[in-house]
Amino acid sequence: MISQQQLIRMVESIPPFPESVHQVLSLTASVDCAPKALVKVIEHDPILTAEVLRLVNSAYFGLSRHVTSINHAVVYVGINTVKNVAIALSTKGALPAKNTAGLDMRQFWEHSLTVGVLARLLAAPRAAGEINEANYFVAGLLHDIGKILFAHFIPQEYRQVAESLADYGYDELATERAVLGTDHCQAGAMLAEKWKLPTSLVRSIRFHHDVEAADEQSPELYATAAANLAAHLVSAARATPGAGGDHVVVPEVLRAWLGDELPQVVNGIVGLSEEIDKAKAFIEVV
Amino acid sequence: MKITLCGVRGSIAVPGPDTVRYGGNTTCIHVEGKDGTQLIIDGGTGIRALGERLLAAGPLACSIFITHTHWDHIQGLPFFVPFFLPGNQVDIYGAYDPIYGKDLKTILAQQMEYCYFPVRESELKAKISYNHVTERQPVKIGSLTVTPLLVNHPVYNFGYRIEEDGKVFFFTGDYEPPYNIYEPADEDYEDYQRLIVQQKKTLVDFIRGADVVVADTQYTLAEYASRKGWGHGTYDSSIEMARMAAVKSMYFTHHDPNRTDDQLDAIFSQLQSRQDLPATRFAVAREGEIIEL
Repeated sequence: MISQQQLIRMVESIPPFPESVHQVLSLTASVDCAPKALVKVIEHDPILTAEVLRLVNSAYFGLSRHVTSINHAVVYVGINTVKNVAIALSTKGALPAKNTAGLDMRQFWEHSLTVGVLARLLAAPRAAGEINEANYFVAGLLHDIGKILFAHFIPQEYRQVAESLADYGYDELATERAVLGTDHCQAGAMLAEKWKLPTSLVRSIRFHHDVEAADEQSPELYATAAANLAAHLVSAARATPGAGGDHVVVPEVLRAWLGDELPQVVNGIVGLSEEIDKAKAFIEVV
Repeated sequence: MKITLCGVRGSIAVPGPDTVRYGGNTTCIHVEGKDGTQLIIDGGTGIRALGERLLAAGPLACSIFITHTHWDHIQGLPFFVPFFLPGNQVDIYGAYDPIYGKDLKTILAQQMEYCYFPVRESELKAKISYNHVTERQPVKIGSLTVTPLLVNHPVYNFGYRIEEDGKVFFFTGDYEPPYNIYEPADEDYEDYQRLIVQQKKTLVDFIRGADVVVADTQYTLAEYASRKGWGHGTYDSSIEMARMAAVKSMYFTHHDPNRTDDQLDAIFSQLQSRQDLPATRFAVAREGEIIEL
């Protein structure tokens, strides 16, 4: 069991959320984002700049000349490529990269990215009026961020959660509450508050496993919760084509928002696999 | 070396009465070496008839260089008959896509998945190899030496320089010269302009004095205004390239799908009356055109 004090201390010791990450994601959410605006955002973050240059100059790109600046990269490999590299790096930059005992980081990454991509794709046709697609992506990407806190600060206790899952009928939240006295939704929401992320984002993280309990209903929350359920369907289908995912229970409020059964909705998303592949391709090299 | 233009249309094949003279097939260029080396650049719809023609000469060994994997440069590949016959050898060359993290085989096999095409890549009977090329690393194919250069397009796109006995042929693939993303009043404008000049110089040095250049010239200057960033060149940008690199002969290709034969003739005759043309011999690329070097 961990105390509330302990939890607060964990949250306090995580570095601030990089502003540039937020800017890159919201800029690139629009197809016709101005190249110079993107360059400006990247250049204002020395770490992001260094990472973009490192990647573009890596053997992976196999360029014959050394790229020395972001402007140079845009001229040499094109704005589209720089944009994709920046999105991938920002995505990764949104999560602390520390070694985290007890958590399969690759799996965690894949799931987070899948939920981010799905949240954006699910929200696009459903959210009324102007929507900021980047917010949906970030909400999905960060929904399980609380797990990172546990794995990073209390690896032994967190490993015990994994080992005790069977005792609690494989109910992850119930296991976390019993073993730790809190759950990854609460911990994640506290971290998001510390990062001063928008309220709607904090709410999506806090209630993604319990939509009906939320203080306010919002499309970000619906998108994140539905994307999380959908991600389990998708990964089951990718591992075993044709797998049903019958165990996924969709709350009525989400079903109403989706307008159809979840598997039908997921099957109807055009280009989902490609979007996920593109996001994942960079995990290998970034 | 003998170069045959087998497809000169951009974006999509456009058969019909308005495109009979210059041709409606998408990008494909056949290059034959002095020793009989068979080389093909891009697998647009023009590759179908070429495949039939090459097979008439018996079992085939050839190399296909892909500039990039946009639809109009690969959509003829599933109809390249030599793939289906045992005894043929096809070596495919192109870039690894660093953004999608996909190799050439994966990308090409995907367009032959069962929902798109009735025969899968794994069922092809010819002996096929996939080879990734790297910028400026020459590849020797018989008597021909092929060197790729990365040129600007929304996806990774190689221009290919082919050399034999000092004769040089260059195909840009799809190419839009880089443009300044800043306004003249912006602080970065000058710096960016310097990088553009440097980037253009790289291409110019790479093809300087080339005997033949086939260049992406999809738009007129007026059309380009609303198509910036779409990845294609203009008559003006191609002429500038020819002038800077002292190209001996240049063919304008990748004609816009909306461009009729009459329009191409009109644009070309207007262009020939210009006073500022370099010494280059210009021509509109025509399907079936044979260029001997």
